[in-house]
Amino acid sequence: MKFDIPATTNPIDRLTVVGKPTDRIDGPLKTTGTATYAYEWHDVAPNAAYGWVIGSAIAKGRIASLDLEAAKAAPGVIAIVTADNAGPLGKGERNAATLLGGPEIEHYQQAVALVVAETFEQARAAASLVRIDYAPAQGAYDLAAAKGSAEKTKAGDSVVGDFTGAFAAAPVTLDQTYGTPDESHAMMEPHATLAVWEGDRLTVWTSNQMIDWTVTDLSETLKMPKEKVRVISPFIGGGFGGKLFLRADALLAALGARAAGRPVKVGLQRPLMINNTTHRPATIQRIRIGATRDGTITAIAHESWSGNLPGGAEETATDQTRLLYAGPNRLIGNRIATLDLPEGNALRAPGEAPGMMALEIAMDEMAEKLGLDPVEFRIRNDTQTDPADPDRPFSQRQLVQCLRIGAERFGWSKRNPQPGQVRDGRWLVGLGMAAAFRNNLLTKSAARVRLDRNGMVTVETDMTDIGTGSYTIIAQTAAEMMGVGLDKVAVRLGDSSFPVSAGSGGQWGANNSTAGVYAACVKLREAVAQRLGVNSADARFADGQVVAGNRRVPLAEAAGADGLSAEDGIEYGDLDKKYQQSTFGAHYVEAAVDSATGEIRVRRMLAVCAAGRILNPKSARSQVIGAMTMGVGAALMEELAIDKRAGFFVNHDLAGYEVPVHADIPHQEVIFLDETDPISSPMKAKGVGELGLCGVGAAVANAVHNATGVRVREYPITLDKILDRLPAVG
Amino acid sequence: MKPFTYERADSPAAAAAAAERQPGARFIAGGTNLLDLMKLEIETPAHLIDVNGLKLDSVEPTPDGGLRIGALVRNTALAADPRVRRDYGVLSRALLAGASGQLRNKATTAGNLLQRTRCPYFYDTNQPCNKRQPGSGCAAIGGYSRQLAVIGGSDACIATHPSDMAVAMRVLDATVETVRADGATRRIPIAEFHRLPGDTPHIETALMPGELITAVTLPKPVGGAQVYRKVRDRASYAFALVSVAAVVQRDGSGRVALGGVAHKPWRVEAAEAEMPRGAKAVAAGLLAGAKPAHDNAFKLTLAERTLAAVLAEARS
Repeated sequence: MKFDIPATTNPIDRLTVVGKPTDRIDGPLKTTGTATYAYEWHDVAPNAAYGWVIGSAIAKGRIASLDLEAAKAAPGVIAIVTADNAGPLGKGERNAATLLGGPEIEHYQQAVALVVAETFEQARAAASLVRIDYAPAQGAYDLAAAKGSAEKTKAGDSVVGDFTGAFAAAPVTLDQTYGTPDESHAMMEPHATLAVWEGDRLTVWTSNQMIDWTVTDLSETLKMPKEKVRVISPFIGGGFGGKLFLRADALLAALGARAAGRPVKVGLQRPLMINNTTHRPATIQRIRIGATRDGTITAIAHESWSGNLPGGAEETATDQTRLLYAGPNRLIGNRIATLDLPEGNALRAPGEAPGMMALEIAMDEMAEKLGLDPVEFRIRNDTQTDPADPDRPFSQRQLVQCLRIGAERFGWSKRNPQPGQVRDGRWLVGLGMAAAFRNNLLTKSAARVRLDRNGMVTVETDMTDIGTGSYTIIAQTAAEMMGVGLDKVAVRLGDSSFPVSAGSGGQWGANNSTAGVYAACVKLREAVAQRLGVNSADARFADGQVVAGNRRVPLAEAAGADGLSAEDGIEYGDLDKKYQQSTFGAHYVEAAVDSATGEIRVRRMLAVCAAGRILNPKSARSQVIGAMTMGVGAALMEELAIDKRAGFFVNHDLAGYEVPVHADIPHQEVIFLDETDPISSPMKAKGVGELGLCGVGAAVANAVHNATGVRVREYPITLDKILDRLPAVG
Repeated sequence: MKPFTYERADSPAAAAAAAERQPGARFIAGGTNLLDLMKLEIETPAHLIDVNGLKLDSVEPTPDGGLRIGALVRNTALAADPRVRRDYGVLSRALLAGASGQLRNKATTAGNLLQRTRCPYFYDTNQPCNKRQPGSGCAAIGGYSRQLAVIGGSDACIATHPSDMAVAMRVLDATVETVRADGATRRIPIAEFHRLPGDTPHIETALMPGELITAVTLPKPVGGAQVYRKVRDRASYAFALVSVAAVVQRDGSGRVALGGVAHKPWRVEAAEAEMPRGAKAVAAGLLAGAKPAHDNAFKLTLAERTLAAVLAEARS
């Protein structure tokens, strides 16, 4: 189905199932421990052997010698895979570093060997007998030091008007530099794969967000036809972008299984999550804003520096600044330096999250300079069109509404604009806010829908559910379209034998995957109508029946003995070129700072979101509160600490890399504006999963500033950064 | 994990004897630290002696009015003991500030004293660490040291002791009771139990090879306002950046110990004479000679400010 004109009224608009706060249909499987995760496919391969991954002990250099003899002789060892014996390997276009390193080492803990043994413990014990001598080389591990050698990215700068002149002429200006650290996905389920060969056909049960990307990259890496690779990933214990790509677990399980001649499972041990898999790269961001005294932005510049391995991409931290606020003179661009740290790549709201963490502090600082309320300053600089192209409107833009509703509901008017004035016992208390902004990305997505003689509707698509609720919204979509209850819908996801979907990433999953299911359901409705000999436009699907004129036929009967099946997908025209499609929100935070120790504790959070039709307010709310939690982590504690001598992330487990615990997360409230966006898709929906994160960190930072008067521009805002500016104790 | 053998001991002396027979053996009780370290092959004992059946799991009054806490009393039980809550509040609070509910249910009193550092370089077997591999060097010195020691360290090691409980035990002048293979027992004052790293950071306590902790005793209650304040980067389930255990009497005198700053619970009795003069004076005495690194110099300010807040709380 081609979607190239805005949607008109369609069956989804009935909202009998879609739009309801339905419980997740996969919830019982998860709460009873019967949802099968990647490392748990015991039944499909009862004779699986176990692989243990050995990561490089150096960040850069070469393997001088590799001695496998002792390990090979260890009890239970079946095979040891290294780059020497793995055969020729290609590399997927989405990987920068190779997934099996050696003799060249590109980063710390790059996989250099897989030890396969009868038991997990035997594999691990034998791994420590592998003797590797390294010849280390000098690497670059310090972004600040490498910044001078950074280059402009391929995308180039966005230049509008004359920034330099306008900034120089502006009566009120800000020129500040902000920093965001490297961050880990820190998902609960480590990367894991079970690989099984049958002849020259490979099946991997894995934990992955993007099935088709992984089929493509795994087949390219193994230099085998794509058709002979099957990837299955129905349940994923958290991904956050860390599982968008083929990673070492899947490749090494496949190589290990080939070498061992039997199924092999590989789970990446927790330290490898930090230094072997990808992370969000650190940024250094310079922001300059010039405005008139009444708070109208006349000039805005946002530059960001990040680093990556050769072939890796930049963190696109400035991209949202192209669109968020008005201003006739603009200079916006990203720069990239070469670093030899582990590979940087997408982490939830890649670019947007760290970019908004900086931009929205800058806006708070600018409001303070102007003597304006920060909410009002943002409202004054709203734009309903792309600032670089006045002929290109936003499809929907309710930022101002989000800001106003949030201010009212949060009690913003009670905020003392003078920082450091509000005390509650030992606590200094402050309020902060930030805008939220994330684009709506359109990606084609297909599905297959079957109707059987019992009236049961089964949806199959390679879409994934990374904990987001995909199963449920897809079921709601099919139920709405076919006029049945949720009990008559089965959803099967995460299998490359199903039609290719948008997958899960970039908050594009919900809108695109359901639009694909919508398209397939339209086709199935046509097939049903055709079988009944009625015009599909005249057929109404409701209550498990098809009604056309005077006829009323149960869907089960219409399906016939053999049932009916339809496959289709959504494909987009140029509506995302003609219109800027984005989601908007406002974050409000109350933070308290211990006046003696500087410990920061968030007390209240509110997010107001305008993100098109909300397909399921319950799972959407879960997405947003999860994102808000992640935003608190980014604001206050998450940081991969770099050893700049040896080039690795030192805090390599969940004790050292702290993410928020329950005690850190206070009352969270989420409000969704009643919005539909007919330009986004027939679902009229957009995404919320990343919107909920964009801006949270800055809202926390701004609340800390309001509480203490201390402006921290280097995340995370740990107590050592404010301690010496706090009042005397006692 | 390296293969290992396993036995259950049926008396403390038999456990100690078994340990003496098998060099490299380790006692295991809750296993909340040892098992993790074994999986990472940081600890590689050839033999484990399970002491969980030794019935050292009661808290009893001592003849001099104190408490004798069995080595196997779980952290949760000890924190909840009404006598501990009433008379040794600093200990109960310290226990509840540590780890998580699940871990406290399993972790024992003796095991808590013996837990090993959380220095991230100790946990990375690719990196040199004198504690893990004597003589290999210390990657932490000059590296990422936010969590590490600011005082009492050496050129060989700047690790901290991670326990909260031990800091409270130190301020309460606890005594560690042990038994050896020949059945001989001894009492080690907590002040002498944990060692500074010096040139031998792998030797962390005064225990001799095979020596088993059987109990920790507390002297009779000292009264006063008892506070344990743990400062950390998140609200729960994190190791202390700095912690303060304090017992403050009505006249302003008292005792104070710090956690998170050294290789052992840090207490300087001479500095306590300054308590009536306030936190600054006490901190100056406590932290005299500190050698912080760039990443953790803030701990000195933090310790002084936290101490000030604790003394203010104790007085109120």
